[in-house]
Amino acid sequence: MKLVKDLVDNIKPHFDKGGKLEKLHYVFDGFETFLFVPGTTTKHGVHIRDSMDLKRTMVMVIFAMIPCLLFGMWNVGYQHYLAYGMETTPWENFLFGAIKTTPIIIVSYVSGLTVEFIFATMNKHSISEGYLVTGMLIPLTLPVTTPLWMVALGGIFCTLLGKEIFGGTGMNFMNPALLARAFLFFAFPAFLSGEIWTDLSPEAGHSIVDGYSGATNLVAFDYNIDNIQSASSMFWGFEQGSIGETSVFCILLGAAFLILTGVGSWRIILSVFVGGYLMGFVMNLLAPAGDLTHAMHMPAHHHWLIGSFAFGAVFMATDPVSASHTPTGKYIYGLLIGAFAVILRVFNPAYPEGIMLSILLFNVFAPLIDHLVVEQHIKKRLKHAQ
Amino acid sequence: MAEVIEQGVKMKGLKEPLFSKKNIQILRDPLDDNNPITVQVLGICSALAVTVQMKPALILSLGVIFVTSFSNLIISLMRKAIPTRVRIIVQLVVVAMLVTIVDLVLKGYMFDVSKKLSVFVGLIITNCIIMGRLEAFALGNKPWKSFLDGLGSGAGYGLILLVVAAFREIFGSGTIFGMQVVPQIFYDWGYTNNGLMMLPPSALFLIGGYIWWQRSRNTKLVDIS
Repeated sequence: MKLVKDLVDNIKPHFDKGGKLEKLHYVFDGFETFLFVPGTTTKHGVHIRDSMDLKRTMVMVIFAMIPCLLFGMWNVGYQHYLAYGMETTPWENFLFGAIKTTPIIIVSYVSGLTVEFIFATMNKHSISEGYLVTGMLIPLTLPVTTPLWMVALGGIFCTLLGKEIFGGTGMNFMNPALLARAFLFFAFPAFLSGEIWTDLSPEAGHSIVDGYSGATNLVAFDYNIDNIQSASSMFWGFEQGSIGETSVFCILLGAAFLILTGVGSWRIILSVFVGGYLMGFVMNLLAPAGDLTHAMHMPAHHHWLIGSFAFGAVFMATDPVSASHTPTGKYIYGLLIGAFAVILRVFNPAYPEGIMLSILLFNVFAPLIDHLVVEQHIKKRLKHAQ
Repeated sequence: MAEVIEQGVKMKGLKEPLFSKKNIQILRDPLDDNNPITVQVLGICSALAVTVQMKPALILSLGVIFVTSFSNLIISLMRKAIPTRVRIIVQLVVVAMLVTIVDLVLKGYMFDVSKKLSVFVGLIITNCIIMGRLEAFALGNKPWKSFLDGLGSGAGYGLILLVVAAFREIFGSGTIFGMQVVPQIFYDWGYTNNGLMMLPPSALFLIGGYIWWQRSRNTKLVDIS
């Protein structure tokens, strides 16, 4: 560590004002503050400078995603060998998944960070680590079969139109990672829906087993709720789906970490789950009695397990920038996301994963919710004043 | 806009050449500095709807250019005779007549395009650009100037339509005016047409991108927004 610090301090003068590489100051600054907590002190007025700054916060989110990522890698291999009916060790599964997943992650980071660096240098704002999280979220929300150039396009699109155009990290009114996914979903529907969830690259000497179906539980339940897998395998994550969202267990580990470190808002996570459950419950009450396999009959708690409901609730809805800011607003925001996601899932088979569209929709509504909450508060307090 | 009208009044009595500097300015302004779509934000609806392919976009732009220029001319000729209270009705009658001409010509000579444009030809009547130019310019200016203004506004509208349509057609279907421009070898390598470009929201993104590009180039526009 000392060696790195010396090296950084050595080359620093080149990037400061008047140095040879002055133009790249913000690029350098990005790397330096990524490695070390900045030593800047406040010069005017009284301020407390917390070393738990934005970069450290973002790194916490990355830590929270690691269980999902590792399990996702394993599951990619597991699903692949399952489709070919091959007996493999967990290690082989993991290795296969890691080989398939790593390029997606690298491409996602490189594409988005390139845009971010170009803009930081052009507009002279410092590079913040917002994209560290976004760049990891994008691969986790995509199926493993997504072509790499699409991943790159998604990364560029979301950084450019989701963030930089509004002024960079902290100014985006929508979750950039979800925006990337939504963009890819609408731009290349054939690659983001349908039977694409398992990597079916050929295995010498093996063919796909009979009865293999590429449909996820999300698609299956729309037609017949008995066709989905058992609750336990959906909970642990032995199902097809996007890379990081299959295992509710790993997501809950991440959620616990986020809540304990105070990075993620427990109010939002809790209320998204509650909102989904309540709407599922209402659906059960209203479901047609004659058709017992109708999607509306799905037990409410299954909505937590299938698809990426949990992933969206924990990692996407809690994005501090695009979510509501007031505590009451957070409850409303979460409840609406959960409820709306279930409505979309059940009634619109064309958009199987409702949580994506639901979060994006209420990202837009979050400022309105906050405004109403604040107005209500003022009204209530004014009564005491008179 | 008030400035232009005032100046127009001041210039009265002076003989000025047909393509004087000021007149050229009137013609050129809507193409960039005062573009109906990107600066005045008028006529967005049809820009979203008919820009999937270049051919309908071109035909519609030509129709709008025709209607804006001639309605401006006619209203400007009649501007002293129109009572202020019923001016909107008079404007509508003139515009409707011109739109009917466009519609019938399209039906007679380009039936397939007419079917593709369907309701949007009729909706030229309600295109905000036309009424906007009539109210803001034709009612207070001389016929020739109004004609030029209509021509410019229509062209400014058409410019955006064509730019957006070009992007949408290249990335959405890989063609321009129906001709294949993205080589087959790209598709063999795994390139796919972008389905989002076939949906109306993509036009919104593209217009937004155009506005961004326009304002970063033309700093005059940044202050008024």
